[in-house]
Amino acid sequence: MIQRQQETLKDVIIKFAGDSGDGMQLTGQQFTNNTALLGIDIATFPDFPAEIRAPQGTIAGVSGFQLHFSSDQVFTPGDYCDVLVAMNAAALKTHLPTLKKGGKIIVDIDGFDSKNLRLANYPNEISPLTNGSLEGYQVIQIAITKLTRTCLQEIVELSVKERDRAKNMFTLGFIYWMYGRTLDSTIAFLKERFAKKPLILDSNIKVLQAGYNYGDTTETFTTQYHVEKAHLPKGMYRNVTGNQALAYGIIAASVQSGLPVFLGSYPITPASDILHELSKHKNFSVHTFQAEDEIAAISSAIGASYGGYLGMTTTSGPGVALKSEAIGLAVMLEIPLIIFDIQRGGPSTGLPTKTEQSDLLQAYYGRNGECPLPVVAAATPADCFAMVFEAIRIAIQHMTPVMFLSDGYIANGAAPWKFPNSKDLPKITVNFKKELDEGETKLMPYKRNEQLVRPWAVPGVKGLEHRIGGLEKQNITGNVSYDGENHQKMVKIRQAKVDNIAHLLPDQKMDAGEDSGDILVLGWGSTYGVIQSVVLALRAQNMHISHVHLRYIRPFPKNLGVILKNFKKVIVPEINNGQLIKIIRDQYLIDAKGYNKIMGIPISKSELFAFIEDEHRTLF
Amino acid sequence: MVETLNPPQSSVLTAKDFSSDQEIRWCPGCGDYSILAQVQKVLPTLGIPKEQVVVISGIGCSSRFPYYMDTYGMHSIHGRATAIASGLKATRPELSIWIVSGDGDSLSIGGNHTIHLLRRNFDVNFLIFNNQIYGLTKGQYSPTSEVNKITKSTPMGSIDHPFNPLALAMGADASFVARSMDRDPKHLQAMLTRAHKHKGTSFLEIYQNCNIFNDGAFEIFTEKNTKANETLFLEHGKPLLFGATNNKGIRLDGLKPVVIDLDKGSTWSVSDCCVHDEQDLSKAQILVRMFDSPTHEDHLPRPFGVFYDVLRPCYEDMLKQQIEQAIKDKGVGDLNKLLSGREVWQID
Repeated sequence: MIQRQQETLKDVIIKFAGDSGDGMQLTGQQFTNNTALLGIDIATFPDFPAEIRAPQGTIAGVSGFQLHFSSDQVFTPGDYCDVLVAMNAAALKTHLPTLKKGGKIIVDIDGFDSKNLRLANYPNEISPLTNGSLEGYQVIQIAITKLTRTCLQEIVELSVKERDRAKNMFTLGFIYWMYGRTLDSTIAFLKERFAKKPLILDSNIKVLQAGYNYGDTTETFTTQYHVEKAHLPKGMYRNVTGNQALAYGIIAASVQSGLPVFLGSYPITPASDILHELSKHKNFSVHTFQAEDEIAAISSAIGASYGGYLGMTTTSGPGVALKSEAIGLAVMLEIPLIIFDIQRGGPSTGLPTKTEQSDLLQAYYGRNGECPLPVVAAATPADCFAMVFEAIRIAIQHMTPVMFLSDGYIANGAAPWKFPNSKDLPKITVNFKKELDEGETKLMPYKRNEQLVRPWAVPGVKGLEHRIGGLEKQNITGNVSYDGENHQKMVKIRQAKVDNIAHLLPDQKMDAGEDSGDILVLGWGSTYGVIQSVVLALRAQNMHISHVHLRYIRPFPKNLGVILKNFKKVIVPEINNGQLIKIIRDQYLIDAKGYNKIMGIPISKSELFAFIEDEHRTLF
Repeated sequence: MVETLNPPQSSVLTAKDFSSDQEIRWCPGCGDYSILAQVQKVLPTLGIPKEQVVVISGIGCSSRFPYYMDTYGMHSIHGRATAIASGLKATRPELSIWIVSGDGDSLSIGGNHTIHLLRRNFDVNFLIFNNQIYGLTKGQYSPTSEVNKITKSTPMGSIDHPFNPLALAMGADASFVARSMDRDPKHLQAMLTRAHKHKGTSFLEIYQNCNIFNDGAFEIFTEKNTKANETLFLEHGKPLLFGATNNKGIRLDGLKPVVIDLDKGSTWSVSDCCVHDEQDLSKAQILVRMFDSPTHEDHLPRPFGVFYDVLRPCYEDMLKQQIEQAIKDKGVGDLNKLLSGREVWQID
């Protein structure tokens, strides 16, 4: 038995990279789950091409999954990796620049033959594994494909292709060994996934174990690494992606309001997983409807809301563009509706699988006419749950469509989630109109309460028959009206109704730091992690800096203006060309400064850190 | 003891109960008035409580319809009434939903939703007021306008090939396909009743005269002197007869419909005529293609009535079944079980 050292690490960033057919996303998800179950804090960043099977072996076809895990609190997937797993030459070439100097590279040498080298554009097909270019890194070369094939040679029923498909399990087994894990969580997963394919199940488990044993019996490594449990707040945790948490938030709000869900949706990256998830939960009376297009998706949801259901639609930027007219109708009808925009790189088809925050102005303004609606945004995968619940509460209680913003990074990223117990969730009260008010002979569909909210009168109730529509309507009666004064009045009422929601929102809290100081970093959405970690790091250097992260974007929390004016400088980092900053400047007349990255990937800690340090210097 | 059966008068609805207090703003002489009147006449005879009736429209002259009906109603956006109705029916299958639309609304801007509504077969009534023109935007050609039509947007004549709406509906596997006209109130009432009785999407095309921008488009089918020879009224189980004294018939020459003369002395008799069968897909396909322009010599008469009427499962029923099945298999959803998932860990 080889003597091994056990070393405890605080913090590891590992990236699994390979061809988009190599199963790197699954490998990364499995390792993530296994890690989270040990109570270690995690943040993930899956990064994959838009093509399902991009040309094999090419740079364009590289799919990566980055996982940051730590016994400290984790805010981001990290800038630079400690470990890079590269299943072929293209994967190494693509991701080597993000590996720390001295980092470990684990390669499948079978992915570095002359064809792979050529496809990865290595000059003269010279392998980086042999030309000395990887000096300074710790390179572990394993013939993963060959070993996998050998391991499965006795299973004659499998084709070479089917055997090769299991090679990610070898890699995963090896990494499990490296970090002193057990294989249980993945074996359980495989048993469920391949319950009806015993041959595939056996071969995957066999290869997984072979990878683990390879680490155990060869002298590849002399050390196994351990990361301890993180010190997170007490409670029960699970692992969750943003899209999962969003789907759970929808179901929870449905249970707490007693309204069944109707989701009208047209598949679009990166929102489709919400449709998939919800369609699994029909036993919660969730009605999912895969519509013929984006417009039918939202229109059917409007029909369902009109009928007294919790109507909603899930989409991404291009889908929101198509839905704009229907969103306008929902604003006119003043019925509850939630539009989930899981943002991606734009404009047009843009970068479908890459993340961006560039739909904020579309969400805010992107409709014809004066067409205000509330906008909320989630900051992290786990935050999706709470903010979805809020979005639905606002939609129901204020009779309005609500725009919910997430993005590809939050949607696909995984994080530990201290999930709530249903008894701790608030009830959402629903007040359907049941009868005419005293003295009325017919329903006044646009008569409002003190919050300017009109009644929700659904078909089927005797005596409340009435007509609504997209034409401007007379205040109170809802009859069609082309009167100019009435129109101005109605525009102002619809605006005031949305503005008034601010009075019922919680005050904006400081996400880090005091409510006054030198620098305020103001963010929204998926930049939460990077801003939080940078602000905490700068505070450790005694900078007077604070972090505010907006979840309610329209209307803003009513104390936001005061907070903004208590700082010498406001910095707004966004993964767009400057959108929140426009609204902030417009509403508060402050000279905020943007930090904008539009490369389809999150802002890195180091770049934001450097930017803020520079800005800080200009203050003195 | 003698009982007198006097139903309380208030429970009997009349056309007036379905008329709203809003002033009707269609142009005087518009065919829409007749259609509105027939719908208001038919609805009280169907035995549906008024509050269960929902009229959903898109945009166009016809789409103002809901405002004039004292039922639940929505005047929505252009082309989307079908999609809105789909969501409402999927969630509230007990409602009687009437989609009111025009040729532009449902065959042009909303064409996509039209075919998908039909293939899903939601149990709704889909009335298409076809006037072969864009009225509300003041006179451009529509997707059912004939080729060479001179309109505001086609001063040299339209070069667009028109849709055959019923053939399109058959192509989308509609389970009920019918045609009527504004100028034949009795027939229209019968068709509305049939549309309501059919379980599934009832596609009812109604020829409607726009007396401002396309006056007389259907005159040849509606006016006394030409109607008998130019129209063919379909009746299930009856031979296809037309003409002033039913003196003409349609015979199938292979798959080709041909006009036969049934006058005295003719070699043809009624027994040579094709017998209408609403459940016969092949015959329906042939009938909807009897669509040649009345200006052509040797053209066939235009059929009116129910072309096709079959039963096929409705989307909303299957959706409910799946939900019931899921509840049966997994039990009513347990939120705590969902939130915790299967793999959890405790931090102390």
